[in-house]
Amino acid sequence: MTAVHSSAPAEVRRPVARRGGGATRRRQAVTGWVFISPFIVVFAVFLVAPLGYAFYLSLFTNGLATGTQFSGLANYVQAFQDPSFLRGIGFVALFTLVLVPVQMAVSVAAALVLDAVTNRFARFARLMIFLPYAVPAVIGALMWGFLYSPTFGPLESIFGLFGLQAPFLLSPGNIFGGLINVVTWQWAGYYMIIVYAALQGLDPAVYEAARIDGAGPWQLALRVKLPMVANSLVLILVFAVIGTLQFFTEPQVLRPIANGSVTTDFTPNIYAYNLAFGFAQFNYASAISFALGIVIFIAVYLFLFLTRKRGSVFA
Amino acid sequence: MKLKAVTATIAAAALTLGLAACSPGGASTTGGSDAALQPGPNGSAKASDCTNKIVHKDAPLVTVWAWYPNMAKVVDNFNNGNSDVQACWRNAGQGTDEYNKFQTAVAAKKGAPDVVMLEADHLPTFEIQNALVDISGLGWDAVKGNFSSGAIKDVSSGDAVYAAPIDGGPMALIYRKDIFEKYGIDEAPKTWAQYAEDAAKVKEAGGPAFGDLGSNVPAVMMALQIQKGAQPFAYDYGKAKQDVTVKLDDQASKDVLGYWSDLSKKGLVGKQDQFTTDYISGVVNGKYATYVSAAWAPGYLTGAGVGKGADKGKFAVAPLPQWDESNPVSVNWGGSALAVTTQATDKKLAAKVALGLYADDASLQDGWRNQIIFPLNQSVLKSDEFIDAKVDFFDGQTANKDVYIPAENAYKGFVYPPFVTYYYSELQKQIASINNNGTSGEAAATAVQQSVVKYAKSQGFKVTE
Repeated sequence: MTAVHSSAPAEVRRPVARRGGGATRRRQAVTGWVFISPFIVVFAVFLVAPLGYAFYLSLFTNGLATGTQFSGLANYVQAFQDPSFLRGIGFVALFTLVLVPVQMAVSVAAALVLDAVTNRFARFARLMIFLPYAVPAVIGALMWGFLYSPTFGPLESIFGLFGLQAPFLLSPGNIFGGLINVVTWQWAGYYMIIVYAALQGLDPAVYEAARIDGAGPWQLALRVKLPMVANSLVLILVFAVIGTLQFFTEPQVLRPIANGSVTTDFTPNIYAYNLAFGFAQFNYASAISFALGIVIFIAVYLFLFLTRKRGSVFA
Repeated sequence: MKLKAVTATIAAAALTLGLAACSPGGASTTGGSDAALQPGPNGSAKASDCTNKIVHKDAPLVTVWAWYPNMAKVVDNFNNGNSDVQACWRNAGQGTDEYNKFQTAVAAKKGAPDVVMLEADHLPTFEIQNALVDISGLGWDAVKGNFSSGAIKDVSSGDAVYAAPIDGGPMALIYRKDIFEKYGIDEAPKTWAQYAEDAAKVKEAGGPAFGDLGSNVPAVMMALQIQKGAQPFAYDYGKAKQDVTVKLDDQASKDVLGYWSDLSKKGLVGKQDQFTTDYISGVVNGKYATYVSAAWAPGYLTGAGVGKGADKGKFAVAPLPQWDESNPVSVNWGGSALAVTTQATDKKLAAKVALGLYADDASLQDGWRNQIIFPLNQSVLKSDEFIDAKVDFFDGQTANKDVYIPAENAYKGFVYPPFVTYYYSELQKQIASINNNGTSGEAAATAVQQSVVKYAKSQGFKVTE
């Protein structure tokens, strides 16, 4: 019965399309366009147009003393030789390499535990783990700024108990770890929810079958649940990679209290921001942004290529 | 079906119309803003755009960006005293925040105010972007007698004058009397050699840091280098706007950077960035015995809560230590001016506002009495009231007479580069590197020189090293 029902519309449509000729098809096409036009308009005005304009800007060179000239791809050649840009790319790449596994481990562990435990405490914990994501990134970074402060932060008191000098977590040697901590705190809850939702969508009958076959809770989590939510793992990996390569907010907010650790070329995005709004180099800043876009595209493509067996989401 | 299609079409049409309504109205395109007296692109301002009340409603408005804490009063004073023009004021942020906005408006060729508050060191950076108007023919001659030659040099480029000076920053040494007393330092150090000796003495006795080497105040380092005889830049926008001389690695610069690198390495000075809560709490709690700073510092510190609690009356000020006591050099940090922008709707009226704001007696009085500005106007600098004023922050010390007025009078003016933001950011990197890695003064000076020269060349300047 159901099968008949579902195939009926298709059978109806085909003859109409064949017989009705151009007019109906055109009207249908028009209606279709009308329905997606709000999206298309917003997409064009707020994404395509600014991107196009930025790309146009990036083809010119502007020297303070020389004025603006068309220079083709010269800005890109310069960008990929610019030590500031390359160092920034290196920093965010390394940051991604360290951050992503840490974040994954935290969020997946939390999701698996919350999926296995179902009491009131678990619901409360789920909310609490998710809460940092509800705090705007800027506020979160400001809060951590105070926690890291050598004068007002708790570290000073804790280390003081043992008569030690507290480390400054935003010094050039420590800022890497300091930022990893802030970002993990901010995002792990969000990723946890994605994985948790995927886990909730699984059929419990599978667990039962696994248990009957003699699987313990560890095996159940690692051999059954994780492989079944591999798709969402790939999804959050891609989110994390893109987000981290565009790293901007946290270091920018922490800059005033980092005693010079966050330089004007700390990450590629901070570099582009300072070039444009501090040094009046809008053209080169556009090129830096596009160059970063190219790098991210390559990174994500490579990543999806490497995980293609499991990542059917983007295949 | 038909009805649906019609509705959808109407909806889409409405949406398109809505978006069209959102797009900005036709911007008036006035070509070549070179001629100083052409109207700007921003059109006339509305009274509703202003933070202040407009007194004379039918007079034309001149928009102003400024961040003086008492600006509301200053604007009211001006508007009450002028019926032919009214200042329309907005606070667009302090320092870098405002500069970034102004910078963006300059690049967009639209959106800048008629009059903008700038620090003198940022003037050439905006001059070269053709953002500022030469006010020498727009009423400047009538008031220039009010200012010292050093103050005028800071806002001039050859014969052209790009801003009306308001506030100066002659530098001096602020110190804590209680700490000096406790560690047996009888008088403030007169030379930098003495300063280092005193610092070592305090440290040996288990005392606090003697000063602070903040990486985020590169302008201080530049001033201290100039004090020892460095001439970091030569630039004349009016004469040859493409020629710039960059000498950031001369012996004097290396020596001064080396001197502070040495103090930093020995732990004699703090490594804390300034204008932060951590720094201010350190100042309040006596973590630093001295503060190498400018004449506006007492006002800033008071506003931040210093000198109000247990540390009340603990501060005093002495002239800045010298390298050669027999040949003292006076230097400057900060201070500000009001410039007319090339986007101003009416340049003459804008110049009248720039020259008239903060120039009346009531505003100047309010400014210096509350230690908001160190006025550059000679009518104040020469008034007995100002000279003999007993400054509360310094426990009744006659700081103006003893320290700041002589320093201001001896100040010769600096030459700033047309890319000061980049220079500062490079110098800041090196100061941070001195604090964190113990970089030598020589290495730091060389690194700054190399990167600034490279940048200047990439910007199309002819660089003389």
